[in-house]
Amino acid sequence: MSIVDTSAGRRRPSIRRSLLAAAQGLALALLSIGVSLALFILSVVSIALIVTGVGVFTTPVVLSWVRMHANQRRLLASQWSGVAIPPPYRPLPRDMRPGVTGVVERLIFLLKDPATWRDILWLLVDAVAGFVTALFPPAMIAYGVEGLLMMLGLWRVMGDGYWYGFIRVEGFVSGVQCALLGAALLATAMWVNPYLVKAHFLIARSLIAPTRGAQLARRVERLYETRHDAVDSSAAELRRIERDLHDGAQARLVAMGMSLGTIEALIEKDPAKAKELLAQARSSSAEALTELRDLVRGIHPPVLAERGLGDAAKALALRMQIPVEVDVELPGRFEEPVESAAYFAISEVLTNAAKHSGASMVWLDIHHSRSAGDMLRIAVTDNGRGGASLDKGTGMRGIERRLGSLDGVLAVSSPPDGPTMVTMEIPCEIVVAGPTGS
Amino acid sequence: MRVVLAEDLFLLRDGLVRMLEAYEFEIAAAVDNGPELTRALAELQPDVAVVDVRLPPSFSDEGLQCALEARRNRPGLPVLVLSQHVEQLYARELLADGNGGVGYLLKDRVFDVEQFIDAVRRVASGGTAMDPQVIQQLLSRRAQDKPMANLTAREKEVMELMAQGRSNAAIAAQLFITERAVAKHTSNIFGKLRLPPSDDDNRRVLAVLAYLDRG
Repeated sequence: MSIVDTSAGRRRPSIRRSLLAAAQGLALALLSIGVSLALFILSVVSIALIVTGVGVFTTPVVLSWVRMHANQRRLLASQWSGVAIPPPYRPLPRDMRPGVTGVVERLIFLLKDPATWRDILWLLVDAVAGFVTALFPPAMIAYGVEGLLMMLGLWRVMGDGYWYGFIRVEGFVSGVQCALLGAALLATAMWVNPYLVKAHFLIARSLIAPTRGAQLARRVERLYETRHDAVDSSAAELRRIERDLHDGAQARLVAMGMSLGTIEALIEKDPAKAKELLAQARSSSAEALTELRDLVRGIHPPVLAERGLGDAAKALALRMQIPVEVDVELPGRFEEPVESAAYFAISEVLTNAAKHSGASMVWLDIHHSRSAGDMLRIAVTDNGRGGASLDKGTGMRGIERRLGSLDGVLAVSSPPDGPTMVTMEIPCEIVVAGPTGS
Repeated sequence: MRVVLAEDLFLLRDGLVRMLEAYEFEIAAAVDNGPELTRALAELQPDVAVVDVRLPPSFSDEGLQCALEARRNRPGLPVLVLSQHVEQLYARELLADGNGGVGYLLKDRVFDVEQFIDAVRRVASGGTAMDPQVIQQLLSRRAQDKPMANLTAREKEVMELMAQGRSNAAIAAQLFITERAVAKHTSNIFGKLRLPPSDDDNRRVLAVLAYLDRG
């Protein structure tokens, strides 16, 4: 979890930002005292009513509202203050039974998820501490403005006995004092308002972000899934290789051996026929070689072994039917599984772009970044018609799985009319430093 | 003609030595690793080197790197590179210095002994021998290009063979046409692709390859 500083960064204080924070604070305060409190009461009542049976049906609904509400706050946190709060919820099991049994199942699942209870606790904290922190920014501005107005004549209206802060409003002199205090408040608001909004989100984060336990549980689940996929796909791959060898090179070698046997028998009786068979045997061996070469390319491309990912990608780009502009910035070589997964992912994405996008140009960008942990980043962009998605064809899902076993991710952005951009990220370290030859 | 040969698999190396000796090449050295190849190329000054891309100790593209290095030290040193797979990337690197005397062939091509020996001789005399697979990849990529689309089917055939480095006589023999016809086709090709005409065979081949590899 990291806090990405975007809006509430170390920039100069500005009136605009301070006012914006005040408006955000006001909105958050309303959400906290209104929605959070209401949902807290609803949840408690609904859970209490489970005993009577009614709660069984209301609770899942109320809890889904709670989650929507919490998710909205997570979204605002990242948009307004750059505070990242990942959702902690366990994914719902897919095979829920229908009817009443399903509802009960769902209820039990929700109640077993610790995130549910933390959400409810947060509702209460949000309605108190969250409300107060959120209210500060607009209140300071409003109170500061009131102080200025005091000087401008409001002191006449308020009359004796009104306290502005620690100042008793009695006349113009005290009005000026009020204005000074108001100005001081406004100046303070300029500095602290964005930080107060951020503080509000940090309070929320302490409760509605995944706990360490939840994070680990999720990680274990993900590892279990990806390991399963990896084992599955490598078994399928081995099966494919076996079949290719069996039907291809192996069969050709058998045919060649047979031809050679016949040639041995014929060489004295019928030299012309023997010669013909020899030519056949030679072409069989050439075909066997071609097949083996294709097979090897599919297992581990020779350029990748010889030159590493950068040059292998360049070689791949040269094989494409459409022009591919390659931009590689890699300080060295990666572990073989990473290079191999990245290579095949690039190959699949480029092939898709060439086949389906109708693009006239593709840009391939490969670089390694150290900013947020060592990360290999690959972006493939084309100027085609767009509308690509992960679910069209099995290829992309296969890539996703393969990258997944390395903790890598794949994202596709492809609006109708394009352009399509496929980005991949694989966490990895450089194992051999030095340029990969270019 | 003195040959330095680098191939790490004993059977293939032995076979190549026998084949080259049968065609009256003199084997100056037959080595099985990169460092020895570098030394042999520097010390023995062969007329041509036949080199496998992948060699010990690193089993990466050691052979290719040695060959490129030797050509940097002695520009135009004829080198024929053999590989289990061909890559345009490698072909481009070999052709980059524009000096000629370069060959790049699949290992399968040794099956056709005559043609292989012809390729070795061609490279030794400063010509070019590019694997048909490389040329086909280049051609298929450029098939949609405007100037290329203007070529007739026959002209494309001639261009393909020319890009492989074949002489006019060899092209004529393969396509069953006269050498005069080949010469006419080549001048048409150069006209349509707007390449500067040249009488020198090697220059012409390099010009065509450079054209195909552009962009």
